[in-house]
Amino acid sequence: MTIALLTDIHANREAMEACLAHAEEHGANQYVFLGDYVGYGAEPGWVVDTVMRFVRQGATALRGNHDEAAAGSEDVRLNVDARQCIDWTRKVLSAEQLEFLRALPLTSEEGVCLFVHANGWDPKNYEYVLGPMQAARNMQVVRARITFCGHMHEPMLYHMGLTQRVEVFSPIPGTPIPLSAARRWLALPGSVGQPRDGNPAACYATFDELTNLLSFWRVPYDHQSAARKVRAAGLPERYALQLLYGA
Amino acid sequence: MAPETTHRQVLEPGEVIDGFRLVERLHRGGMAALWHVTRPDLPTAGIMKIPLLGEDPTAIVGFEVEQMILPLLHGPHVPRWIAAGGFEAQPYIVMELIQGRSLRARLDQAPLPPEEVASIGAQVAEALYDLHQQQVIHHDIKPSNIMFRQDGTAVLIDFGLARHDRLPDLLAEQFRLPMGTGPYISPEQVLHNRTDSRSDLFALGVLLYYLATGKRPFGAPTSVRGLRRRLYEEPVPPRVHRADFPLWLQEIILHCLEVDPEQRYASAAQLAFDLTHPESVELTHRAEVAEAQSPWTRLRRMVRRLAAKPTVRSTMQQLNRAPIVMAAVDLTQEWEALADALRSTAKNVLQAAPEARLACVSVLRTHRLAIDAPADVGATHRHVQRLVQLQHWARPLALPGGRVSFHVLEAPDPAAAILEYARGNRVDHIVIGSRGASSLRRYLGSVSTQVVARATCTVTVVKVANAERARASTLAAEEFDEPASETSGEAQGATSAS
Repeated sequence: MTIALLTDIHANREAMEACLAHAEEHGANQYVFLGDYVGYGAEPGWVVDTVMRFVRQGATALRGNHDEAAAGSEDVRLNVDARQCIDWTRKVLSAEQLEFLRALPLTSEEGVCLFVHANGWDPKNYEYVLGPMQAARNMQVVRARITFCGHMHEPMLYHMGLTQRVEVFSPIPGTPIPLSAARRWLALPGSVGQPRDGNPAACYATFDELTNLLSFWRVPYDHQSAARKVRAAGLPERYALQLLYGA
Repeated sequence: MAPETTHRQVLEPGEVIDGFRLVERLHRGGMAALWHVTRPDLPTAGIMKIPLLGEDPTAIVGFEVEQMILPLLHGPHVPRWIAAGGFEAQPYIVMELIQGRSLRARLDQAPLPPEEVASIGAQVAEALYDLHQQQVIHHDIKPSNIMFRQDGTAVLIDFGLARHDRLPDLLAEQFRLPMGTGPYISPEQVLHNRTDSRSDLFALGVLLYYLATGKRPFGAPTSVRGLRRRLYEEPVPPRVHRADFPLWLQEIILHCLEVDPEQRYASAAQLAFDLTHPESVELTHRAEVAEAQSPWTRLRRMVRRLAAKPTVRSTMQQLNRAPIVMAAVDLTQEWEALADALRSTAKNVLQAAPEARLACVSVLRTHRLAIDAPADVGATHRHVQRLVQLQHWARPLALPGGRVSFHVLEAPDPAAAILEYARGNRVDHIVIGSRGASSLRRYLGSVSTQVVARATCTVTVVKVANAERARASTLAAEEFDEPASETSGEAQGATSAS
């Protein structure tokens, strides 16, 4: 069973299409979406519809902070530009799409894996896994051996062995990493629709449950079209630039 | 998280684990037990490594590392991985049982003759080169981790301290003691730097020193303080132990034992090259030194160490800096234009790889039937003449002695000779010339065509582009008293031919 993990799609249709096609080519037969389907990008409707279609076919989808804000929650803190995107998103999404976002769960635990948007210690507060300290906090609290989260847009892998010391690893795209059963892991696949590490290519990951192999991927896509759509929709210019430069 | 502690540590012959029948326990060390195992569907006997899970976390992490890296390795220089058992039940690794002997047994016979030391060293260096190309550093090269198959191929075993460039380094966790084996550990490993493939060349240098002299260059320290002494203490030169010690072998061994990895051989392939071509070894101050280090030198080295900054490169980056490039040079008259173009291309290749080594090779064609004929004076003269021409060809490249060597091969089939040389010397890149594109040559198959088709490394084929047209344009330019274009190597080659 190969799971494709897609997170932080942020209404970017071109990036999501490219990652889904790539995942299918690489034998993915199960899909987990770790949240933040909307915000920043110009095609929230298409992205939410696609996630709904996958969920009907058995995929897991979790709620992110942007989804919660779009669904009408006043509790989510966002900056002015991001808030502008959410207000626009609320106008273009249908009642059914908004209801889908509202009803999404925060976490899902399957086998040895925990799936969650932001972190495993307090999923509803959307705190970031900024470094080894937060990673350690996550690994000490959760029961699952492997945690997958989004929220952080840069791909990263944390691990903790017997010495309880957390190490961080910058994954190399396309190299399968065996996740030893003797340690705990926290994997951040990186953002599909808003990469921010200087490389505009979309990020996602696949995990093979049978072999315990985790692969991070970078998928080039037509980011110029996606950026044009952001401008055409009248969304803040910085989100178009972020797609063009990946930063 | 501690692994489940339900593992059974007491095992008996005849027991079966995941289909593997335990035949006999071969070894029980501090970290693991080794069992000879069989399974009906296996073509060869297997060896099962079962970690002894005690208090020491390094044993478990080392086992994790081996479980992670061994399945990714391939080729004759590593044991073939067969299966692994996870920590949820009985952890184990099953790998191919190497039918052969361990280098450990030869230690007691040291000192060995220099030629034998070089031969062992070349085999191990070849194995290391293969491993480094797979982006893995062994980090625990020592006699007990080296075996030889019955055909003499060196096999590296025990990957418990290894590091894969593209995978998380599980041993980067700050263990208090440097990870390695006292006598063999490299200075950078002592300083907790695990990213340099040349650490393995240092360990191999220690091993060769011992095999050649019967003495350890840095003793067998067990404390961090003792290990740190190799950062500033030079080993006693082998010539102090044996007055008749060959200069070339001392040069090679001390080259491996340089404290600064930048001063060591740039790759295991370059080390293997020297070990198999003693006559081509460039002798430097390392070969000459015949007395132990003075306190003054020691002090100078301590100061230098304090100022040193480590260079961080991945194994692949390091190998890409230091390829062995082979220029297959034909020096008969009709090839003159091509020889210039070939040199120009070789220069470009070398400029992109600052630590590359160039092997200039020329083939003297012999008749198949004359192989057994007594060597005549004419043949010797032709050989020497070709060698001199080859050196003359390479002179404009202005390469320092240690980075270039010259080889004249005598063979009936030039393509076969070039290919055999490339394989035997772990050549990464062949630069070879090709004349024109006549249909006859295409039909018969030129030397370069055969080399391209059968080589296992990169081949650059150099042509004098549109030689006829280039010559015509040069003449035209002369008529108009304008300089000919000299922008490309090919054009230069053509120009000098006209």
